[in-house]
Amino acid sequence: MANIVAIVKMVPDLVEELEINDEGTGLDRDWLRLIINEFDNHAIEQAILLKEREGGEVTVIAPETEGVEDMLFTTAAKGADRMIKLAGDFEEGVNNHALAHAFAETAKNHQPDLILTGVQANDDLDGPVGPLVAEYLGMPYIGYISGVTLEEGRAIVRKEYPGGLIGEMEVTLPAVLGIQAGEEPPRYVAISKVRQMMKTAEIAEAEISELDFSGGISAKRMYLPEAAERAEMIEGDEEEIAAKLISIFKEAGAL
Amino acid sequence: MNEDIYVLIEHLQGEVAEISYIMLAAARDLAQRTSGEVIGVLLGHDAQDLTSTLAADHIIYADHAALAEFTADAYQKTVASLIQENEPSAFLFGNTSIGADVASVLSARLSLPLVSSCVQISNGKLISQICGGKIMAESDLAETTTLVTIIPGGYKAEEGQSEKSPEIKSFNAPALDDLRVTLKKYVEPEAGDVNISKEAILVSIGRGIQTEDNIELAEELAEFLGATVCASRPIVDQGWLPISRMVGKSGQSVKPKLYLALGISGAPEHVEGMAESEMIIAVNMDPNAPIFDIATYGVEFDFFDLIDPLLEQLEEIE
Ligand SMILES: Cc1cc2nc3c(=O)[nH]c(=O)nc-3n(C[C@H](O)[C@H](O)[C@H](O)COP(=O)(O)OP(=O)(O)OC[C@H]3O[C@@H](n4cnc5c(N)ncnc54)[C@H](O)[C@@H]3O)c2cc1C
Repeated sequence: MANIVAIVKMVPDLVEELEINDEGTGLDRDWLRLIINEFDNHAIEQAILLKEREGGEVTVIAPETEGVEDMLFTTAAKGADRMIKLAGDFEEGVNNHALAHAFAETAKNHQPDLILTGVQANDDLDGPVGPLVAEYLGMPYIGYISGVTLEEGRAIVRKEYPGGLIGEMEVTLPAVLGIQAGEEPPRYVAISKVRQMMKTAEIAEAEISELDFSGGISAKRMYLPEAAERAEMIEGDEEEIAAKLISIFKEAGAL
Repeated sequence: MNEDIYVLIEHLQGEVAEISYIMLAAARDLAQRTSGEVIGVLLGHDAQDLTSTLAADHIIYADHAALAEFTADAYQKTVASLIQENEPSAFLFGNTSIGADVASVLSARLSLPLVSSCVQISNGKLISQICGGKIMAESDLAETTTLVTIIPGGYKAEEGQSEKSPEIKSFNAPALDDLRVTLKKYVEPEAGDVNISKEAILVSIGRGIQTEDNIELAEELAEFLGATVCASRPIVDQGWLPISRMVGKSGQSVKPKLYLALGISGAPEHVEGMAESEMIIAVNMDPNAPIFDIATYGVEFDFFDLIDPLLEQLEEIE
């Protein structure tokens, strides 16, 4: 039986066009579409896999931002037992140090054996959230994880190194793990099941103390990349583009 | 605080990781600003020989049996004690499986600011690449030791290499007992059916391919080109292709004559494995996809509208 907490956050959907705010210091959040951090989604999958294998409970904690309720109901449909929304002023974006304090404060109340979170998120600027939470709670941290086995008082984890090398590590529990990939791809749940959860499941709200930003940085300036040399764009309709590609393939010796 | 820039030298199974040289090059840019020295920090056991190619003014070396291979706890304790003793201006770590586990924890433990995903130093400012390469963020060094994690892209490894072996000064690691993390063993990756790092032509697919069935389309194209199909990480995480076909930070580094990127956004973790390709052709619907910043040729188009005419024309010329 394991008490597993997954800490997750919503991040900008990179499919959308991103814009910088008028001050030039951050993303323009007015039109920003948020989705769950994809590595957090893997962490949720890993948490549910562990629960299915070992028994126990999965609690998912996320800061209150646009779309967080739908995301939490989706995790309920996947098998999470408890969903908690951190109530606070997260809409404008906060640094991960502030967020980690809030996560740590709430996670602590659930006496977790294991805290799982995504190894990083696309909007991290002051490091990923997992190691910060670990340190605030005095727990060990290992990141880049793609497999977890629970044993009495410890976990055996697969830590990824470049080129597919794995370091098999042992860590004492409770611990925080930064998940790179779950043992299975994140499961799909039917929208009808999510709708049903919206009727039956409940999202608890956690009040947190004032946000503590210390240690986090804020960027002096944000801007869109200015490439020194951009690709030469191939224009035309599909037939024309195909023909041009073929002549490039020939030039490159591929045909 | 002093003016020096420290770099955590990463090594794995007896080899210095390329990111170490990239960090030394970045550190040189910063040190010129602070008028300090570039100091490589090596943690290991009987590992002095690893220092001979490092372009550092000197090396601080902590030798301890518990540091023979990377484990988070032992590294964190040793680096923490070094920072407290020497208070460098900045300490650079790789944004890697090794560096990221150390830097963030120490930011919390020592209450030091952390700037992550820094790709370039420009006029003493730290330039980070976030949002999958779509946004740049500029930060300053702080008044206290600034912890920085570095990603590849801004510097070449050669810039951090030197013929001249740097002087080594030893540092006593703190007590390294009660470690909560231990390495049990390394598991080598299974060899794939092909070694993509040796292939001349690669057709690489990303999340834009949408379904497993569509991989066939890429395979058909690859057949015409005498190419091998490889992929970005999400395709492998879905279980659609084996890990031996993955390009990027956690996969293979490739340098083919031609790299065809289909529905790949060009996130820094992918780009670090293929940026050195001789020619890159990218097909992507998003005009702002970062892949267009490094490609030789770009096609802003829906892959599914393009693939049939392309396969038909290839058929005709055969
Ligand atoms: C620690 C760590 C290590 C990582 N290691 C790696 C690694 O080794 N390799 C790797 O690749 N990634 C790695 N990643 C993941 C990386 O951050 C990105 O998430 C990943 O590279 C994105 O893959 P993608 O480009 O296929 O998908 P996305 O970023 O989702 O991009 C899909 C692209 O397809 C385009 N598209 C969609 N439909 C179409 C269409 N019909 N026609 C044309 N274009 C279309 C979209 O515009 C988009 O640009 C790592 C991440 C972490 C945190």
